[in-house]
Amino acid sequence: MTATTITPAGVGEHHELGPAHTSIGGTFVALLQRDLHVLLHNLKEFIPRTVLQPLLLVFVFTYVFPKIGQSIGGSSSAFSTLLVAGVLGSVILFQGVQSVALPLVQEFGYTREIEDRVLAPLPVSLVAIEKIVSGAIQCLIAAVIVFPIAYFVPATPVNISFNWVLLLTLTPIACVMAASLGLFFGTFFDPRTVPLLFGVIVVPLTFLGCIYFPWQELSAIPWLQWLVCLNPLVYMCEGFRAALTNMDHMSLLAIYPVMIGFTALFAWRGITGFTKRVIA
Amino acid sequence: MTSTTTPTPTASSSSQPPVGGDEVIRTEDLTKVYPGGVKAVDQLNLTVYRGEIFGLLGPNGAGKTTTAGMLTTRVVPTEGRAYVGGVDVWAHPAKAKSLLGVVPQSNTLDRSLSVFDNLYFHGRFFGMSGRDAKAEAGRLLEQFRLTERAKMPVLALSGGMAQRLMVARAVMHRPSVLFLDEPTAGLDPQSRIAMWEILGELHQDGQTILLTTHYMEEADDLCTRLAIIDHGKVLALGTPRELKASTGIDTVVTVQADGDLEQLATLLRDGIAGATDASVVEGKVLLGVKGAQGVLPAVVQLAEQHGVTVTDLSINEPTLETVFINLTGKDLRE
Repeated sequence: MTATTITPAGVGEHHELGPAHTSIGGTFVALLQRDLHVLLHNLKEFIPRTVLQPLLLVFVFTYVFPKIGQSIGGSSSAFSTLLVAGVLGSVILFQGVQSVALPLVQEFGYTREIEDRVLAPLPVSLVAIEKIVSGAIQCLIAAVIVFPIAYFVPATPVNISFNWVLLLTLTPIACVMAASLGLFFGTFFDPRTVPLLFGVIVVPLTFLGCIYFPWQELSAIPWLQWLVCLNPLVYMCEGFRAALTNMDHMSLLAIYPVMIGFTALFAWRGITGFTKRVIA
Repeated sequence: MTSTTTPTPTASSSSQPPVGGDEVIRTEDLTKVYPGGVKAVDQLNLTVYRGEIFGLLGPNGAGKTTTAGMLTTRVVPTEGRAYVGGVDVWAHPAKAKSLLGVVPQSNTLDRSLSVFDNLYFHGRFFGMSGRDAKAEAGRLLEQFRLTERAKMPVLALSGGMAQRLMVARAVMHRPSVLFLDEPTAGLDPQSRIAMWEILGELHQDGQTILLTTHYMEEADDLCTRLAIIDHGKVLALGTPRELKASTGIDTVVTVQADGDLEQLATLLRDGIAGATDASVVEGKVLLGVKGAQGVLPAVVQLAEQHGVTVTDLSINEPTLETVFINLTGKDLRE
């Protein structure tokens, strides 16, 4: 039998090498590289998964509807403009949950294949934080891919007016918030029930997330206007509305602190949940 | 044979320190009580020295995996301390992890990566440059006879190959100690032998190894020293030879017979010259004898005189199983 001739040469000779070279920062970066490597290898799944839902949304609401003479949300041009922010917000939210919560199903499952990363020489909380950072990067990539779709597909003009300061500050916060939410969901729910997340939690969040309507117009239904304030997606969509259009939007004095607060809450629950899952 | 080992719960000092005497693992009153009150490990005191293959032998549920878990930052001890390479595992877990190589019981290979990339990224996690990690991954694949599978997904590996890859991954960063949790459980006999050879060679190269097992042959053949544990406590500790000598017998007679086995056991214990103990385990009478000359005819004769028909009879040297049965009165496999 061939396996019997295996000679693990040199194991004894280099005993001192390994530990001396490790640094927490280096290990963290290596974990990120692993995730990005997997992402690049799975691009042919990542792109359709990211693009299809927003493409269909924009295509039906802002291309088909105006063409067949059906209008929603006032003038079709205003609606196309309104939807840009909503589409971006929903794509980031979806991506956060998909890129962080779903892989955890496999990694925490029977195979426990997260274990090699948990045993990497850095604190377990940083393995969880790496999940957030990696998820946030994927959210950002998704947003960049999807923005041109929301801009170019509509049949009626989209009136974009960039507020760069808002855009460059809100986008990273939104991405980190969505990835933190993904980590929270992935660690809070039993691996078997995580797929239910989409039907039971993500769908209501998106339908009531001010994607298709501005928050201020909900004043016609006051109870709903207050209820949706619990929905983190509302702040993302309203924030992007402020950053990309001249439309009315929720006060920035609410958007920033609430987004940062939600991010901190989800990240804290996610990191503690992750630690509980991997350490008995 | 010298009988130097007496079974004792905190026996690390009772066995002679092996060559070198350099401590790699030390536990002090290590205890784990799981929520619900199950005491998996009870005030465990162990010392493992550099270059040893140290075995934790015990039945399922004895606390072996929990002990390994507490030494490898995966199970938080309720009480006590654990040191690996002089580092307090729970005071400095990240530092401790850089000294550990772990092969868990289940296949924890990264399914999203190829065979090669499982090693490459492991090297990167442990601070190797991209170039070094590539070179080292290539070398290990060759060494562990996996080069042809380098680009395959890990799901394409057989159980034995996956286990070899996990060992390669665990030693890649030159850990001070390699932990293996039931390294051959679920492997076919050929892969099991291959795994033993690999561990033997790693040991020859100076790798300190701690393994848990419930296979007594594995513990006997591989381990330089071992602790027999049950209910989270060390029952005996020493070299396999010392442990077997501690039973005080040189022969185990296994008797299968029709009739009342408990009665037969008592009969044999009292009636056979040199018999020290007899017990009924799994439908057989096990008789420990010191000085086995002419014991078989004597057993048959004695049984027949009392109307018991012996259907099968065998004679063996005491094994670690004998030690375990002597200590606990039960079979290792129970």
